[in-house]
Amino acid sequence: MITQGTFSFLPALSNEQILKQLKYCIDHGWAVNVEYTDDPHPRNTYWEMWGLPMFDLRDPAGILMEINACRKTHPETYIRVSAFDNTKGWESIRLSFIVNRPSVERQYRLERTEVASRQQRYAIR
Amino acid sequence: MSEPAAPVPESVDLDAERQGSGIDAVLDQLDTELVGLVPVKTRIREIASLLLIDRLRRKLELSAASPTLHMCFTGNPGTGKTTVAQRMADILHRLEYVRVGHVVSVTRDDLVGQYIGHTAPKTKEVIKKAMGGVLFIDEAYYLYRPENERDYGQESIEILLQVMENHRDDLVVILAGYKDRMDKFFQSNPGMRSRIAHHIDFPDYESQELLHIGKLMLAEQNYQFTSEAESVFAEYIERRRQQPHFANARSIRNALDRARFRQAGRLCQQGGQLSRQSLVTIEAQDIRSSRVFD
Ligand SMILES: Nc1ncnc2c1ncn2[C@@H]1O[C@H](COP(=O)(O)OP(=O)(O)OP(=O)(O)O)[C@@H](O)[C@H]1O
Ligand SMILES: [Mg+2]
Repeated sequence: MITQGTFSFLPALSNEQILKQLKYCIDHGWAVNVEYTDDPHPRNTYWEMWGLPMFDLRDPAGILMEINACRKTHPETYIRVSAFDNTKGWESIRLSFIVNRPSVERQYRLERTEVASRQQRYAIR
Repeated sequence: MSEPAAPVPESVDLDAERQGSGIDAVLDQLDTELVGLVPVKTRIREIASLLLIDRLRRKLELSAASPTLHMCFTGNPGTGKTTVAQRMADILHRLEYVRVGHVVSVTRDDLVGQYIGHTAPKTKEVIKKAMGGVLFIDEAYYLYRPENERDYGQESIEILLQVMENHRDDLVVILAGYKDRMDKFFQSNPGMRSRIAHHIDFPDYESQELLHIGKLMLAEQNYQFTSEAESVFAEYIERRRQQPHFANARSIRNALDRARFRQAGRLCQQGGQLSRQSLVTIEAQDIRSSRVFD
């Protein structure tokens, strides 16, 4: 099972729990993105954006609406929510968590290659 | 181990619930701050009662689908539609029908795009901003332009219809506009008509009511009429309402803004020591010099 972002060692969040997290984000004034990918490799930081970042919302129901639309269109992908804080000094993602997984999860393993002088090169494949 | 559920009570205290919601304060404020509009106020009280009882029923676990509260406000300009929409949002919030209670006020241009693929994101963006509160669509009939087959307004209507059905708990839509045009709009858009539970008509104000509104507006801004000015203003109202572009309370507000200008001009010409009384007083001449008396 892919673990990345917050909460990914926990059982999948219910919609109700997702709404609470989203509320936390908008109450802090963070811009919320919905992103999806079929390549959740840890080195792949750029997932596809589902629509535009959402900000100036008063209530999280609209974001859940987008998550559900994304789930419907791309059910067999990983979908994550990320919240961007644009305040000076932060200017980065403050929270990110997975809200959808494909029915069959991607598998990765650590591969070792021996190169010159018995050095080991590692790769996740 | 989960806690045993508390037993469902056999009765509930209506008065306590009323007080807890603070709903009476809002309704009373509506009565005192808004002149006239008796049919509107009656409907709002009815809606408030429904929501209050609904809340009590839920406490006794008497389940029922939450009522549809999308509305349509029809009436001429300046009859108080926007103002009442604000109050409505406040009431819905206090009775926990909406979570936030803000009003997002839009017209066609905020919803409909200029080219293919532009409308859906625009409409959805507005809907997302309105969630938790009230989406107020002024002159809603402009969304529908039958003369142009490929008008993008229809796309916006479809999205709104879907949201009004599937997200009833997330937002309340209020359409507003002139009565006759709104009726025509509903004839061509039965889907919209069937999703709107409350049609509220805002009558034009009587001259007496307009005078009362004018006095309230003045008092709000720490001005007052002399008794002569008041009777001149009453005459002003009679004349003004015969003229084109009369917009009920909005015309009154504009007329008073101009009277303030003239008062300021008059006082500046007069110069010297000004009493508190002279600063708050609108004189008959401040009104009589209006073009309406030409
Ligand atoms: N019954 C009333 N009592 C006191 N003030 C009122 C009343 N009705 C309207 N007003 C005032 O008149 C002005 C215009 O009202 P409002 O904007 O609500 O009208 P409207 O019906 O939305 O007009 P439009 O159709 O032109 O948008 C506002 O400043 C409002 O405060
Ligand atoms: Mg208005």
